[in-house]
This record gives sequence, C-alpha cells and structure tokens, in this order.
Amino acid sequence: MTKQKILDLYFMDARFKLTEIAAFLDRVDRAEGEEDFRIAAFREALKALDGGDPERAKNVLLSFSDPTTEPIPAATTKAACGANPVATVS
Amino acid sequence: MRYIEPHGHMVSRTTDDYKAMAIAGCKAICEPAFWAGYDRSSADGFYDYFRQLTEYEPRRAAMFGLEHYCWMCINPKESEDIKLADDVLAIIPEFIKKGNVLGIGEIGLNKNSRNEITVLEKHVNLAAELNQLILVHTPHLEDKLKGTRLIVDLIKNDSRIDPGRVIIDHVEEHTIKIVKDAGMWAGMTLYPESKCSPNRAIDMLEVFGSDNIWMNAACDWGPSDPLAVPKTMQEMKRRGHTEELIDKVAFRNPASFMSQSPKFTLKVD
Repeated sequence: MTKQKILDLYFMDARFKLTEIAAFLDRVDRAEGEEDFRIAAFREALKALDGGDPERAKNVLLSFSDPTTEPIPAATTKAACGANPVATVS
Repeated sequence: MRYIEPHGHMVSRTTDDYKAMAIAGCKAICEPAFWAGYDRSSADGFYDYFRQLTEYEPRRAAMFGLEHYCWMCINPKESEDIKLADDVLAIIPEFIKKGNVLGIGEIGLNKNSRNEITVLEKHVNLAAELNQLILVHTPHLEDKLKGTRLIVDLIKNDSRIDPGRVIIDHVEEHTIKIVKDAGMWAGMTLYPESKCSPNRAIDMLEVFGSDNIWMNAACDWGPSDPLAVPKTMQEMKRRGHTEELIDKVAFRNPASFMSQSPKFTLKVD
C-alpha cells in the first residue's frame, strides 16, 4: 500500500486523536492539585513519537511497562493502571 | 465472510449478540474460563460455571447455528488463593472429558505474583498430564511485558509441552515477537480502549506475517465489541488485503490451532 493511500485512509483519524492528546495535556495543566506518575509516564512515552524509529507503537508500550523480571511477593490488587509507578518517578 | 470467534466470554453477552455474530458470518465460538468480575467463594461456584460452559452455552449458541467450544481453568485473578485453586484444579479433569472442551485456559498471570506463578505451573502440569491444548491470558497494560516473559519462559521450560499447542493471547507490539520466537501461537484481542485496535492488529499482521496468529473480540462484560473480528476483516479489505488472507487469519488459522484437539469438528472447507 502506498503512503498516499495510508494518508487517505488514516490521516483524519490520526489528526483527531493527536488533537485529543493535546487537549488532554492542556486539561491536566489547567487542573488544580498534584500530578502523579501516570502523567510523567505519558510525557516520557510521547518522546517515542519523535524521530524516525519505525517501532513507535512498541516503544510507547515499552515505556509504560514494568521493566523488572522477578515475580512480586503477592498481588494486592487485580487492576492495572497503565503506567509503572516505580519506573517513572523522577 | 466467515470467521471464528476464538476467545469470547459469551456468558456475559446477550442472546442478541449471538444473533448478530451469526449474521456477521461467525461459525464457531470458543469460550475460555475467566474471572466473573468478583471472587467466587468456593470451588462449587466454579463447578456451576463449568456446567454453564459445557451444557448451557452450547445450547444457546446452537439456536443460531453456531458451534460452541470452551476451555477449563481457574483464572489468574483468583490465583492468589492456592487452596481455592487446588480445589478447582481437582474438578477440572471431570469437565475435560466433556465433548466441547478443547483444553486448559485461559491460564496465565495477572499481577505477576508468586502464587499466580505457582497456580500457572499447576495448570501447565495438568495440561501435560491430560495432553491438552493451552490457551494463555497475558497481563494488562504495564504488567504485560514482564508477565509475557515469565509465562513464555515457564512453558518453554516444561519439555512435555509442544509450543505449537500453546496460544498466548492479548499480544501487542512489544510482546508479539517474544511469543512468535518461542514457537507459540499469538492471539490479538480487539478492544475499544486497551489491548489492540483493529488497525494495530492489521499492522502486526503486515509486520509479523499471518502464520500462527488469530484475532478475537473477547466479548466480555467490560468495554468490548462482539463484532470486532468482522469489523477488522472489513478494515483489512479497505487496506487491500485479499479475501484469501482475511479468511486465513479470521477462520482457517483458529480452526487449524483448535483442530489439534479431536473435539474441534467444525468443517473448514
């Protein structure tokens, strides 16, 4: 498939989603109170969009992932929150 | 268009969903055992659930000409309680004998804890002893990468398990290569908010190829679209993929994997 065809199929959708992300960041900035690790992870993940690496989706997912390899002692919750609390605290 | 829904939790869907899936071209639904949204208090709750999967849901599916298959396990979200898991594991062999049970699943990990791994090992051992196919759930979001590595390593270390008889579900761009390099099948779950969108699933097909891979909608009680597979097939058409490739990914691939169980009797051609 040509780049032109991809643009014809998906440019408007991607433009819409990119604007949604921009509006989300603006919304966070306008809000009161403290941020947490999730928005720090989000800003870190945005860096994966920049540049020419052809594995941007993979790199975004990796940046949100728990990089450790050992099992945790016990599960204290069933839920996942989307970002790794330890890796993204600066 | 014809397709198989290889991972659909139909106990949480309405009869209207069965009808819509049949109209969209679905020929068979395969239903792994999963978490009910709450922790069951004893193995008796699982006994009734397994009866639902092996007796009631096949009848509901048959009303629309759909074949219904299922998988047995205690899911990883209830695996912190080893005693409960042992009690459930003890009743699984009785249900494995049922005519629509294809294997052990969806087992795996949720938060990557030690007890979850212990229960996963017990399930893999049971699958080896009973010569069953294995369907694996990988963790959500930030836990998926680590969990996928732990699961693949654990199964690879059991020499009794043929990797070609294992499907690792819910792969994404950062885990699909781990699974395929291990010689296991990969499942892509099409969700509206997490896991994988139709477009990303097609991207992965284009990058990693169409062998030993399936796609499913999960059809569970959370945000999920029971028609996600036919919608993805339609998107493949828009990208110019051939009818043959679409049929391979949506129908012949899941049929090929599940035909490794003699109980899967859906006619392919």
